[in-house]
Amino acid sequence: MTEFLQHLVNGLSVGTIYALVALGYTMVYGVLKLINFAHGDVYMVGAFAGYYLSELVGVRPPWADPPPGAGEVFVKATIVTMGAMIICGLLGYVIERFAYRPLRHRARLTALITAIGVSFLLEFGFQLSPLVHTPIEFPPGPSPRVFPALLERVGYEWAGVSLSNYDIIGLLVALGLMLGLQFIVYRTRFGTAMRAVSFDSEVAGLMGIPVNRIISWTFILGSALAAAAAVISAVSRPRIEPLFGLMAGLKAFVAAVLGGIGSVPGAMVGGLVLGLAEEYVAGYTDSSYRDAIAFTVLILVLLIRPAGLFGRFTVEKV
Amino acid sequence: MAPLRQLLRSFLPFLVGVPVLLSAQWAMEYSGSQAYTLLLVTVGVNVILAVSLNVVNGATGQFSLGHAGFMAVGAYTAAKITLGLAGFKLSFLPAAVSDQLFFALALAAAMAAAGLAGVLVGLPSLRLRGDYLAIVTLGFGEIIRSVIENMKSLGQATGLSGLPLRTNLVWVGVSALATVVMARRLSVSTQGRALFAIREDEVAAEAMGVDTTGYKVRAFVISAAYAGLGGALIAHAILLATPRMFTFVRSIEVVVMIVLGGLGSITGSVVSAVVLTLGLEALREFQAYRMVVYAALLIVLMLLRPQGIFGTHELWDLPFFKRRGARKDAGGAARAGGAP
Repeated sequence: MTEFLQHLVNGLSVGTIYALVALGYTMVYGVLKLINFAHGDVYMVGAFAGYYLSELVGVRPPWADPPPGAGEVFVKATIVTMGAMIICGLLGYVIERFAYRPLRHRARLTALITAIGVSFLLEFGFQLSPLVHTPIEFPPGPSPRVFPALLERVGYEWAGVSLSNYDIIGLLVALGLMLGLQFIVYRTRFGTAMRAVSFDSEVAGLMGIPVNRIISWTFILGSALAAAAAVISAVSRPRIEPLFGLMAGLKAFVAAVLGGIGSVPGAMVGGLVLGLAEEYVAGYTDSSYRDAIAFTVLILVLLIRPAGLFGRFTVEKV
Repeated sequence: MAPLRQLLRSFLPFLVGVPVLLSAQWAMEYSGSQAYTLLLVTVGVNVILAVSLNVVNGATGQFSLGHAGFMAVGAYTAAKITLGLAGFKLSFLPAAVSDQLFFALALAAAMAAAGLAGVLVGLPSLRLRGDYLAIVTLGFGEIIRSVIENMKSLGQATGLSGLPLRTNLVWVGVSALATVVMARRLSVSTQGRALFAIREDEVAAEAMGVDTTGYKVRAFVISAAYAGLGGALIAHAILLATPRMFTFVRSIEVVVMIVLGGLGSITGSVVSAVVLTLGLEALREFQAYRMVVYAALLIVLMLLRPQGIFGTHELWDLPFFKRRGARKDAGGAARAGGAP
């Protein structure tokens, strides 16, 4: 039972990360019918943005002398997280504006190849040896870096189950962001417009909805969520490198497909289910094949229920 | 007469090619230039990879990013077989002939294994639209690598070393010719027409009675099998098979080749595979920027010239190659069509 609960805690903490990244995939797919291949790399950029920002604001580790006060920790952690979200939001806007928008009315394959190109440009651009040295070393180069400790880790032990304040804060921030997104999508004018564009972008345009602006904001929102996920995950797993967005992106994509791609609640549920599935399967069996689990889930979903848990299967009309 | 001519058309490239390759091989052995042999082998293998990937990405309009994964399957299958048969000889044959026979067996097994992997990956993902295939194949490539790195019998991260040198210019050249002839014959066959129909409009193709999933899976399996062949050949040229040779970077290289040459053009694939391989060799010192340039090239090509250099045109579309063949062909087709 203890082991079961421990896996539950770990699974939830991984699952919320997948869910946040999956939201970006699913929202972009909803409005553009495009699998944004570069989304996993936006997540990676988010982690590096957090890394550089914490260098710039001078985050002091909890073991520094004198240790940072609670207020300072809170302010700096907020600056790092919000800053990374803003930087990634801008990146998402730039990618959409200059790589995807010119191709919006061309063949689907063209947009897909461009997305792949953007993804590899980010992955390998970040692996170049540093060109800029002050105030930060950019690009970071291929070797992994250690994300600074934004706050002190406090471990709790409860009936044999260990969890830390990282898990709790991460879970709360992620839940807050998801609730915020839920509010934006279902309760605001922007959300209504976004759902209209996703339903039929041409007719939405005829009804006076600024389709381009809605699509841009969708990218900004999705990328900002990915950045938040990256910071949350980097605090507890501090090793970051330019290629680490690849696997995270793939898994988040699996989560989006599992929940039904295009469905916002689906992505959240899909992320949690995938995180838990991975944790339980890897925990009770040989964990060296951990990465293969998500892939198996994807194949099973595609075989059994291609529309996902929350998606409706639509027949393509001409 | 017609079947004979059909047969001849498939074998003519080999009748011309094999003597040329044999003399090239002899010249290389005579001059003893190892480096150039390896370069030519790399060019040949890249031609095989590009032309075979073009069957899926170009002719069918799907998008696979897992070519390196199938290469890995082929390379490890063949390596296991040659290592396992290393001590055996067919006593009634000269040693060299016996070795080559075993190598042929290993290549065939590599193609079969890669093709089987193609079925496993393609069947679920090709039932849906093309974008799923891209992510599933990318995932597959990474998974196959992590499986290899975890398997003791496959040498884990260090891979299999100590393979005998079996790949020579004749094997590579014949395989490359076979790939090109396969792609060409495919494109003029019923199967090829179905693939083009799927590429142009999947819904319309289905409405016309084309079994879209079936044809897509078949194209994918053919492509995977030839990728396995390429992997087996390169492993027996550098005498090594490691997971690092088959990362997704390798898949992307092949994708860049076919996108640059023109999706759907066999000529374009061959030309850009040769040019890019030789060009990279010449620009070795800029190795670090290679992938960045590739990525930027993909984006710029899509924005400015999405059809690539050759579009879907082929060398044999030129009037020069059509003078007599085309008219006779038309007559032959009419006769064949008229026969009960």
